[in-house]
This record gives sequence, C-alpha cells and structure tokens, in this order.
Amino acid sequence: MKSKLLYSSVVALSVLMAAPVSAAVKIGMITTLTTKAGYLGEDIRDGFKLAIEQGGGKLGNVDVELMVEDDGRKPGKGRQIAERYIKSDKVKIMTGIVFSNVAMAVVPKVVKDNVFYISPNAGPSALAGKGCHENYFNAAWQNDNLHEVMGQYVTDAGFKSAYILAPNYPAGKDALAGFKRFYKGKVVGEVYTKLGQSDYAAELANLRSTKPDAVFFFLPGGMGINFLKQYSQAGLNKTTPVFGPAFSFDARILKAVGDAAVGVHNGSQWNFDLDNATNKQFVSAFKEKYGRMPTLYASQGYDTANLIGSALKATGGEPQNMVDFRKALEKANFDSVRGNFRFGNNHHPVQDLYVREVVKDSTGIHNKTVKKVFSNHQDAYAGSCNL
Amino acid sequence: MLLFIEQVLNGLQLGFMLFLLSAGLTLVFGVMNLINLAHGSFYMVGAYVAATVMQASDSFVLALLVALFTAGLCGFLVEVIVLRHLYKRDHLDQVLATFGLILFFNEGTRMIWGRQPLFMQVPELLSGSVEILPGIPYPVYRLVIIAIGLAVAIGLYLLINHTRLGMRIRAGASNRSMIAALGVNIRWLYSLVFALGALLAGFAGVMAAPVFAVESGMGESILILTFVVIVIGGIGSVKGALLGALLVGLVDTLGRAFLPDLLQMFISSGANSIAASLSSMGIYLLMAVILAFKPRGLFPA
Amino acid sequence: MIVLILLPFVAEAVDESYVISSMTRIMIFAMAAVSLDLIVGYGAMVSFGHAAFVGLGAYVAAILSFHINDGSAVFNFPFSFDGSNNLFLILIVAIFVAAIVAALTGLISLRTHGIHFIMITLAFAQMLYYLFISLDTYGGEDGLLMPGRNQVPFIDTADDFTFYYLCLLILVVYIFLSRRLVNSQFGRVIRGCKLNEKRMQSLGFNTYWYRLTAYIIAATGAAVAGVLLANKTEFVDPGLFSWHLSGELLVMVILGGLGSIYGAVIGAFVYLLLEQVLSAYTEHWMFFLGPFLILVVIYARHGIYGVLQNKVLSND
Repeated sequence: MKSKLLYSSVVALSVLMAAPVSAAVKIGMITTLTTKAGYLGEDIRDGFKLAIEQGGGKLGNVDVELMVEDDGRKPGKGRQIAERYIKSDKVKIMTGIVFSNVAMAVVPKVVKDNVFYISPNAGPSALAGKGCHENYFNAAWQNDNLHEVMGQYVTDAGFKSAYILAPNYPAGKDALAGFKRFYKGKVVGEVYTKLGQSDYAAELANLRSTKPDAVFFFLPGGMGINFLKQYSQAGLNKTTPVFGPAFSFDARILKAVGDAAVGVHNGSQWNFDLDNATNKQFVSAFKEKYGRMPTLYASQGYDTANLIGSALKATGGEPQNMVDFRKALEKANFDSVRGNFRFGNNHHPVQDLYVREVVKDSTGIHNKTVKKVFSNHQDAYAGSCNL
Repeated sequence: MLLFIEQVLNGLQLGFMLFLLSAGLTLVFGVMNLINLAHGSFYMVGAYVAATVMQASDSFVLALLVALFTAGLCGFLVEVIVLRHLYKRDHLDQVLATFGLILFFNEGTRMIWGRQPLFMQVPELLSGSVEILPGIPYPVYRLVIIAIGLAVAIGLYLLINHTRLGMRIRAGASNRSMIAALGVNIRWLYSLVFALGALLAGFAGVMAAPVFAVESGMGESILILTFVVIVIGGIGSVKGALLGALLVGLVDTLGRAFLPDLLQMFISSGANSIAASLSSMGIYLLMAVILAFKPRGLFPA
Repeated sequence: MIVLILLPFVAEAVDESYVISSMTRIMIFAMAAVSLDLIVGYGAMVSFGHAAFVGLGAYVAAILSFHINDGSAVFNFPFSFDGSNNLFLILIVAIFVAAIVAALTGLISLRTHGIHFIMITLAFAQMLYYLFISLDTYGGEDGLLMPGRNQVPFIDTADDFTFYYLCLLILVVYIFLSRRLVNSQFGRVIRGCKLNEKRMQSLGFNTYWYRLTAYIIAATGAAVAGVLLANKTEFVDPGLFSWHLSGELLVMVILGGLGSIYGAVIGAFVYLLLEQVLSAYTEHWMFFLGPFLILVVIYARHGIYGVLQNKVLSND
C-alpha cells in the first residue's frame, strides 16, 4: 500500500516536471510572490513580462519561455527551485531573486554550473567584491548604492548630525555602512532594530532625545510603513527631516503610507519622470497593462529582460557559446529606462543616482526627481573583484 | 528621567495593544480548551476591512463597526464549519487545522486585496498629539489605545463576573457536561465565545491599522507574541493576559530603548548589534524564566 | 522501500535526475519528522521548537567546514580545533552539541506540560534563532554557504546519486533504531507516561528522567537530519531555527499519523510533495493546501497512515 502511494506520487512528480518540448530559450525566474514582500516579486515579474509581451513573445527577436516560481523568501526553497530549473528544465539563464539571503544561497551555486544569473534586485556585497563571478550580472544596483547617494546628499544639504537606523541583518549593516561612506557629518545614533519589527515607539523616543539634524533609515517593506506612520504621528516630521533609500518610497508603499511620506527625500537609480524615450514608453505601457504605477522593481525587471534580449539578439539564441553570450551581456547594449547604463568590471552597474522628493498634487502622492547626485557611480567593492 | 517615563509609557501602550489581541485568545483557550493558531487571521481581517471601508467612506466609526462585524462573522463561520468538529480531539489536531486556516486566510487576502499593503489614516479627531510631559508631545492615538485597552479589560471583567452569560462561560470552562445537563446549549455558547474572541482580535486589528502596516501575514508576526503573553499570564485568565501583556510590552520596549547604551559601557565594538539580538530575545527569556519557576504561568486558571 | 531503492535508476532513465535531489530532501525531512514523532507521538511532549535541533546540526556542519576551508580555528581553548570536513566526525559533534543543548533546555522545559511545554520549547528555539541572526562571522541572517559537501571515505558525496543512497541508508537505519526504541522497555515507559504519568510514577519509574532522555534522543535525530540537510543544500541560514519550520515538522507528523514511525515518514512525503506540486501549478498554492490540511484533520482521525491501515485491515 505504502509503496503504491509512493509510486503514484513519483509518477505524478515526473509527469509534472517533464518539460514541454519547445525551441524557445528558457528563462527561469525565482522570485518572492508570497509573504509580506510578495509585491516586490510581482513587480519584477510584471516588468519582465511586459518586455516579453512588447517583443511579441520574444526577447531580442528570439522566442523565450519564462518560468516563474515563488521562493517564499526561503533560501532553501530558492535553492531547490534552481536545482530543478537546471536539472529538469535545462535552463541556462536565471533571474528574479528579490532578497540577498536567497541570492546568497542560489547564485554562487548556479553560476558554477555554467548558468547565467542576472539579478533584477538583490546585490549583496559578497557577490560584488571577492565573490564576483563571470556568469553573474546585476542589472539593478549593488546593495549599498542607494544608501551612498543619500549619504552624499545629506552631507551636501548641510546636515551636521544624523541618527541612523536599519534592521539587524547583513543588508541593514551594509546600508548603514554605505550611508556612512559618504556622510561627512556626525552620527549621533546608530541603531539596529529587530527584523520585522512593528512598533518603533522606543526608538523614536530615543531619537527625539538625541536631537539630530537629520534621520536616515533603511527599513524595507512593512517595517518602513510602520516607521514612517509612527514618525509622523509622533510629530517628528515637523522638526527633523527623514531620509531613506527608494525602497520605502516606491509607488505601492506610498499608497500605504499616505501623507506621512510627503516631503521626504529618497535616493534612487530610477524614477517614472526620468526624461528619456524608453522610460516614457515603459511607464505608459506598464500603467496601461497593469493599471498601476510601476515601481523601481518593475523598472529593474523590465531592464533585466531587455538586457537578456540584447545578448540573445547578439548571439542569435540559446547561450550555446558561453563566452559570446557573456561578452554580449557585458556590452549592455540595450535602452535602459534609466538612460545611462553600463557594467563595471564586476558586472555591476555603473550608473547615475538621483535624489527624489515625495510630493502630493492633484494626481496623488508620488516621487519627483530633484537632483542627480552621482554620475557614473560605481560600487565600493569593484576593486576587489578579479574580473 | 523624562525619557525613561516616556519609554515606560511606550511599553504600557504596546502592552495594551497586545492585551487587546490576547484577551480573545485566552478566553477561547480557557473556556473551550482550544488552541487557535488562526487568531491572528481575525486581527488581519479586522485591519483589512477597516482600511477598505475607511478608504471608501472616510468614516472611522463605520469602518470600526463593519470590521468588528466581519471579524466576528468570520470567527462564527470558522467555528461552525471547522472547529466544532475538533473540541474532543487532541490539541495537535487543532494545531494542524488552524495552521491550515492561516494559510487559507493569508492567501485569501492576497487574492482579494492583492499584494499591495493597504493604507488607513488616523481618524481626524485623534490625530494630534498632546504634551504629557514637558517637551514630549505624545500622539493622542496611542493614548486612546491605552484607554481602549483599559476599557476592554474592565468590560471583560464585568461580562465574566457579573452577567448571566459570564456565569455560563465560567461554568462551561470548569465543567462542560454539568452545564450541558443544566440545559444550556453548549454549542451556541461556544460559537458565541469564539465569535467574541474573533471580534476582539478584529478590534485589535482596527486599532493597529493606522499605526502598523496592513499587509497579508501581519497576524503571524504578532501571534507568537500573543501566545507568549497568555502563557506568561496563565492560560484562560483575562487578568493574567493583562499582566502578561504589560510585562511583555515593557520588557520589549525598555530592552530596545536602553540595552544599546547599557552595553556600550561594557563593550566598544558591535554593541548595537548585540543589543539588538539581546532585546529580541528578551521576551522569550522572560517567558522561560517565568515558566521555569511557575510552570503554569502567573495566574493559572 | 523497493521504490525508493529503484527510484534513482528510473529517474535517470527518464532524464529526470531532479527527482533524485527532491527525494533526498524529502527523506531528510522525513527523518526529522520521525525524530519529532518519537516525543510527540509516543511521549506526548509536543515540541514547537524541534527545528532548533535541525538548525544546530546544520550549523555544526557548516561552521566546521567553514573553518577548515578558511584555515582559522573554531576555538582554541581548552584545546585547538580547526574544524573538519569529515562527515562522520561532524555527525558526532552535531549529536553531541544537540544532546547538550537538549539536556539544558529539557531540564527546564520538562517541568511544564501541555501547552506550556509547547511554548517554552518555542521560546528556546526563538532564542537560538536570534542568536544565530547576530553571528556576523557566520553570515547572520544571510546564512552561510558551505564550500562543498562533507566527505566520507571511499565514496563521492558530491554525486547526487551517491548522496541519495547515503541519506536513504541513514533514514532506514534511523527508522529501524526508532522502532527498536519504541518497542523496548524504555519505549514502553515513555508510552506509559503519555497515557498516565502518575501511574508510571507509582510503578516506581522516575518519569522525569525518562522523558528527558527521550527528549535528548529526539534532538540528536533532528541534528543528524540537520547535518544532512546542510550537506544537501550546501547552505545554512537562521531560518532553519524558525518556528515556521518547527510548525511544518509538526504538520508532517500529525498529517501522517501520530505515534507511528511510518506515519511520520508518509506525512513528510505527502506534505512536501503537495507543496512542490501545488506551487508549480499555482502561485496561490496556500489557498488549496490550507483547506486540504483541515479536511485531513476532520476526516482522517489518525492521519494518512491511520486511513491506510484501516483500508488494509478491511481488505483482509
């Protein structure tokens, strides 16, 4: 009886995992669609899909088949999906991972197996410096970038002291390190909060008592929503300006935070109002197809798809010849919604970084680009990469 | 010193928030001897419905009423459809079934509302802040949460000790078959208690919605804390839940507020990060110590 | 059993070698589930922190091989230890570490019963979770990548085929030992405690020590599973300590049927296969898995294994 059950499940599994026969180039997307952070993966996927749809089911004139699966934000599960993509589906190109911890579990393994991994989001420092790899590309940013731009901006704006906080995990520590790399004032408080924390009353009270000139925070997802709401409810937004990376100010978070975010300056590599033809076309197409404003995640998904498309076009299909395909990717010969875009030696972007301001007008609450702070900015780890 | 008082107030406020959520859970636990992991789901339903209604109608009172009704109704349906079959079962069966309910509710909200976190503003009337201590403005809304927590505590005390329903609830908790023999319809009593518990959770959700992010899965982050609260307090005891909630709120808040500075005096590097881990562990340490000395919690029912 | 032995050949033949890797993972979880069943099903000690021991085992494997790769010492006092890459040594260390942690936490936890026991085991697991999040040397929340699988003399663990049989062998031995254990004198005392602890005490057994021993034994089983899991994914992260995983292990045990070693194995297989199959079909897989679990609870009283047994009995 038991063996019968096992047998049938094994058969079911094999049938399920048997790949349909097709000539299309397969792209495996491992992303986070469930948990609280599900909307990040959703936007990356939708941006990516938009690019495929605009190419009529093709990227770079080559038929592609996009496979998407949810990693539930669990590194182990991400690893499992990657293994299946490689072994059963013979995927040669992967993308999609949202979180650094999932990326750390998946990327080093798959690039060793001669698979190209192009990151639409996570850019942990461990993969940008010594751990860089010829098959790993990041089309979004190195994790520190959006914090570095804020460090520079807050310095330029003349704030003498800053209180900074982030969750107690590697990306949080990288964030504060990135900010401090470019911030020349005095850091009067450096606080690490619990991952997933909801109540920030204690931190806010401490913050008020140290009387900083500015506050910088990196609290992605719901944590940032909690923080911003409570920051303004405590009346702090009237006395002390707050700064952060774009992660807490994307179009969807702004909807959930409301007026509490208005006036905040945040750092980004992209905004919907960047003035270039590709971007205008992307923003209106995205709005039309999905009925919502694109976020930076969607823009990164879209760019990733077009980057892959450019390499497929150059090599004429499936990356048979690894060297050619890699060279084509390195050229980054595509129209980015960010305008200026190229890869550095470590396969991470060299790009312009902006500061945006959250404004409220008749169309609602959105970001307005205020200033380009860095031109052709490269991450701090490129030097230790041997590529 | 002023800062310390403010932090204590913050701790109490978090405690009352936790109490709102724990009261329903401990009631269900005590009366029906049922482990309900899905309690946080009703909290989530309350928050989602309130945010939606508020967005559409701009009326906090209407949002509150609709949310309470929906959370209570969800609780009632869950009891009738699923949990009613499980009273005589092992606790573990209840764990598995209510775990299934969590999955169902989380994915359900994602399917209905999408993955976008929702927005709810503080009602106009309660949005300002008052200067309770010199130089320290405190949000009115947080004071209101404290007041509501107190009111619910008193209300539950009166309900349980001074009404006919309360008498039945107490009787049902101590001797099931006896009260059934006395002609009380135990089925409906249980449905009612469960719906009441869900309604309280929904209430907590409504109150939390303007302060916290309204997102799918918001129930679980707080569920574990709630369990800690009722176990510290003693399962089934509303008084215990109140005390447990305040203890947890204070330990958590004061730990976050003062541990980093405290540690900095002893270690120079990495103190912030170590303090963060220690304060995350704080409430679990509290629970382990209390259970080590009082294996049935502070006020065993 | 035969299916499990033949499976890799079939999978290889139809070019679905992924099934091998997927089954390896399931077998490892089955082992963790069996170890949990030893205390939950037979001893009525419902641990909501069992994942902590899986995590400890996994981290022992990762940390020891991290240090041998890195060239630094794990500790220098009272003697110098540079880590290791030998699977057997790592298993022994993992068992030892898990036993010590289980003994310390068990001494306190076992003073409580029922729901309080559930919560106090959860508390200890959460403490370990936050402890490992703060260990920057070992990657914190990002986790720690292993340089490769640990080695066993004469065989190539890096080969998925070989590793599959290694896990299968360990699982079979573990099931055999577990069955011996529950049917032994010791097992009878533990089962007696579940039914009526007072009675066992009046029969002269010191039930506290019996329960503590059972708790430690179960922990070591989970640690072995943890070592294998770390080797399987070549990666560890603090999520292994989380209450989500503890909860999933409990779900596997209950789903399969409490207090039956095979039930735990079946539970692990069904739960993980369902999760995989459903999530490949729909991103809303939780919406279907949830009600399925509820239906099993309501209609299958003794889990899936109970249903299968009844069927077999009625067929006879």
